[in-house]
Amino acid sequence: MKDWTLIGSINDIPRRGARCVMTPQGKIAVFRTMEDQVFAIDDQCPHKGGPLSQGIVHGASVTCPLHSWVISLETGKALGADEGSVKTIEVRLDGDRILARIEQAAMAAE
Amino acid sequence: MDDTMKKQKLVVIGNGMAPGRALEHLFELAPDAYDVTIFNAEPRVNYDRIMLSPVLSGEKEFEEIIIHGDGWYIKHGITLYKGHKVVGIDREAKTVTSDAGTTEPYDKLLIATGSVPFVLPVPGNNLPGVLTYRDLDDVNAMLLAAQSRARAIVIGGGLLGLEAAAGLKSRGMDVTVLHIMPTLMERQLDPAAGYLLEKAVEQRGIRVMTKASTKEVIGIKKVEGVLLADRTILPADLVVMAAGIRPNGALAKEAGLDTNRGIVTDAGMHTSDTDIFAIGECAEVGGQCYGLVAPLYEMARVVAAQLAGDASAAFVHSETPTKLKVTGINLFSVGDLGEGDDRQEIVLRDAAAGVYKRLVLKDDRIIGTVLYGETSDGAWFHDLTKKRTDISEMRDTLIFGQSYQGGSPLDPMAAVAALSDDAEICGCNGVCKGKITGAITGKGLTSLDDVRAHTKASASCGTCTGLVEQLLSLALGDAYNPAAVTPMCACTDLGHDDVRRLIKAKRLKSIPAVMQELEWKTSCGCAKCRPALNYYLVADWPDEYADDYQSRFINERVHANIQKDGTYSVVPRMWGGMTSSKELRAIADVVDKFDIPAVKVTGGQRIDMLGIKKEDLPAVWADLGKAGFVSGQAYAKGLRTVKTCVGTDWCRFGTQDSTGLGIRIEKFMWGSWTPAKVKMAVSGCPRNCAEATCKDVGIICVDSGFEIHFAGAAGLDIKGTEVLGMVKTEDEALEHVVALTQMYREQARYLERIYKWAKRVGLDEIRRQIMGDAEKRKAYFDRFVFSQKYAQVDPWSERVSGVDKHEFQPMATIGYQQAAE
Repeated sequence: MKDWTLIGSINDIPRRGARCVMTPQGKIAVFRTMEDQVFAIDDQCPHKGGPLSQGIVHGASVTCPLHSWVISLETGKALGADEGSVKTIEVRLDGDRILARIEQAAMAAE
Repeated sequence: MDDTMKKQKLVVIGNGMAPGRALEHLFELAPDAYDVTIFNAEPRVNYDRIMLSPVLSGEKEFEEIIIHGDGWYIKHGITLYKGHKVVGIDREAKTVTSDAGTTEPYDKLLIATGSVPFVLPVPGNNLPGVLTYRDLDDVNAMLLAAQSRARAIVIGGGLLGLEAAAGLKSRGMDVTVLHIMPTLMERQLDPAAGYLLEKAVEQRGIRVMTKASTKEVIGIKKVEGVLLADRTILPADLVVMAAGIRPNGALAKEAGLDTNRGIVTDAGMHTSDTDIFAIGECAEVGGQCYGLVAPLYEMARVVAAQLAGDASAAFVHSETPTKLKVTGINLFSVGDLGEGDDRQEIVLRDAAAGVYKRLVLKDDRIIGTVLYGETSDGAWFHDLTKKRTDISEMRDTLIFGQSYQGGSPLDPMAAVAALSDDAEICGCNGVCKGKITGAITGKGLTSLDDVRAHTKASASCGTCTGLVEQLLSLALGDAYNPAAVTPMCACTDLGHDDVRRLIKAKRLKSIPAVMQELEWKTSCGCAKCRPALNYYLVADWPDEYADDYQSRFINERVHANIQKDGTYSVVPRMWGGMTSSKELRAIADVVDKFDIPAVKVTGGQRIDMLGIKKEDLPAVWADLGKAGFVSGQAYAKGLRTVKTCVGTDWCRFGTQDSTGLGIRIEKFMWGSWTPAKVKMAVSGCPRNCAEATCKDVGIICVDSGFEIHFAGAAGLDIKGTEVLGMVKTEDEALEHVVALTQMYREQARYLERIYKWAKRVGLDEIRRQIMGDAEKRKAYFDRFVFSQKYAQVDPWSERVSGVDKHEFQPMATIGYQQAAE
């Protein structure tokens, strides 16, 4: 079951930057664009697993630091000639607070 | 079974440019007529042999000159035997057999065995170190030899020899050209133009010896020199024979086909066996063998038509212009240049500008043209010759070229516009103006690459590129810019140089200002343009620009090198490569404390700790900082290392304090951002133990002072340095090195190493500004010093004290606590 979970404040993330959130399902990368949109995707490039949270953020996409794949933050899909996609995580803003739909109950119940 | 559907078998011997072109034509005319098998003695695909000279000189990569990649062979169902040399043709059984033992039957056979280089029949011509200049293997062998920066002798002052000499020179070799005739390229040039060419070649630092007859290549186990007929001995480590080529008809001759100089064919390219064709340099058609690409492509066209069933296709002889592919030397020659009573000539000489033009006339028609220095009218003169145009009306102004016909001078664009539709633009591929303009409008082409793909114009030797661009410009108007530069990225149409110029001219001091004023097409750039802009602004406004952290690549953001698993590596500075027990102990302690999995000594004389978790970085730096270490900037587009040898401190050969000078330079220059990484070295004597002659900047100490080197490379490219000049004192050495680096910082494109920048702006220009102009040098030096006031801050201690803290910790950790309970 997925709950809306508080993961931080938009002020924790620099514009055109990202922060990581550790979850039982792995590391996710939470991005803030120039226009203060917030997106979350798995912190793993579909190409060779590069940490997308470390890439350069431009528009609503990020360029992977390892081999420069460009990933859409909205869809998680690789842009341009590359093919592949990464899981996206639903996030929403409540004022400054960032909430994400993360599965934690299953783990907690174990 | 339907016999009409059965494909015939076409076997091709040779995989050069002529058969490649023939197959392209054949697949257009009759795509399903043949099953094609190719035997290639070279272990690779088809490439543009004319462009080997730019590969040798380093202006192009081999990948850029491939004509047909592996995909092309697959797409057309061609069986390609790479590295198979055909050793026999059995005309009775209609089969060919390769040296690897493969036998293939044929219905039609196409021989395209090309030519073999002419090797002088002198003693020693087979010693190791004697090369010819024919294929990629020869080029690779020359590049290998050039790494030693030793002495090369090129035998032959023709087209091939001069291109080889220029290539070897640009790779750092000491080059001498030996030519048996009194002037260079005597078959294409008259003595006056040959003399100008000789001067231009010598200006490039290549020694030219004419009337030099080689008697022997001397050496015991390998080449040691060349002995001339006049008893002169020239020492050499490499000898390149470029004295001409001979058609390679050996295989055909063994098979009993008619051969003379080459394999004799009729105008339809049939040999004396009607099922066997020959094309390319090995073929002799109409009593003549050819070596330039245009007639070879004509043979390809004819043989394809014949194979497709057009028995009327016939080869027609035409004169082909000669052009030399040595950057900076323009020369054009075509037709009959001999003198005679029935001939007249028009000559224009401008010694100061290095221009020489000569037209040979007969019966009011141009029959020969030599242009040196200024060759843009070559196509026009050649066209007048081909059309046998009567030039008596324009004789007074003819030599000034097309622009001066009809009163006022035309601009170059108007000159191209005035060419008739059947004027030849691309000599190599025989493409006329009408075909190009037709393709541009008919197929909606918008770029040079499009035109090359559809018409082949300018796709071989490339000298007509300018003309093709002018045609694009004429057809498309403002939509095409003939001087188009490669844009920085998809966010803008401007190239790096324009952006740098406009940042200064418009005094733009932030990334948003650049994007606004220069009309960026995206709202916040991309991962290509933002780091470049950030660098340009840091370099141009060191005191005013606020570094845009989010526009830096991760390594420069966290001051460590990202590894493939997302961990980081950390390299502290070891000034000049010197260290101490205290420093080594501190590193050992850090490695133990943080359980660092790998420790490695780098090529830059320092120590790399690999596999550090990002969260640990600030604590690692704190411990290293306590021992006195600062960041080694091993991750930066900036000053990396200054490698040194032990110099006069310890070495019995040392001539100066190379270690001290290296440390002094490193302490002066650390922290500076540069367009790409900068690696330096100081060697204490010419034995050069610090390997200074393959660095971005290097110094070789000698008794009398310091020899400053620059523009070396030892990565993707390997290139010895160029000498900037000699100075007497350490202070001067430092000032020159700093000024050079600042010039590079102000001019180069982002990610452009010094050797590439130097090649683009010219070594002489750099020497003129840094060695020859003390005022300019001082100004560069002062600007560097000013910028260092803002750059020399140790990024590690900044982060230990809390800068960018968010970067090193996750924002939140969710779910684990419950799970652990």
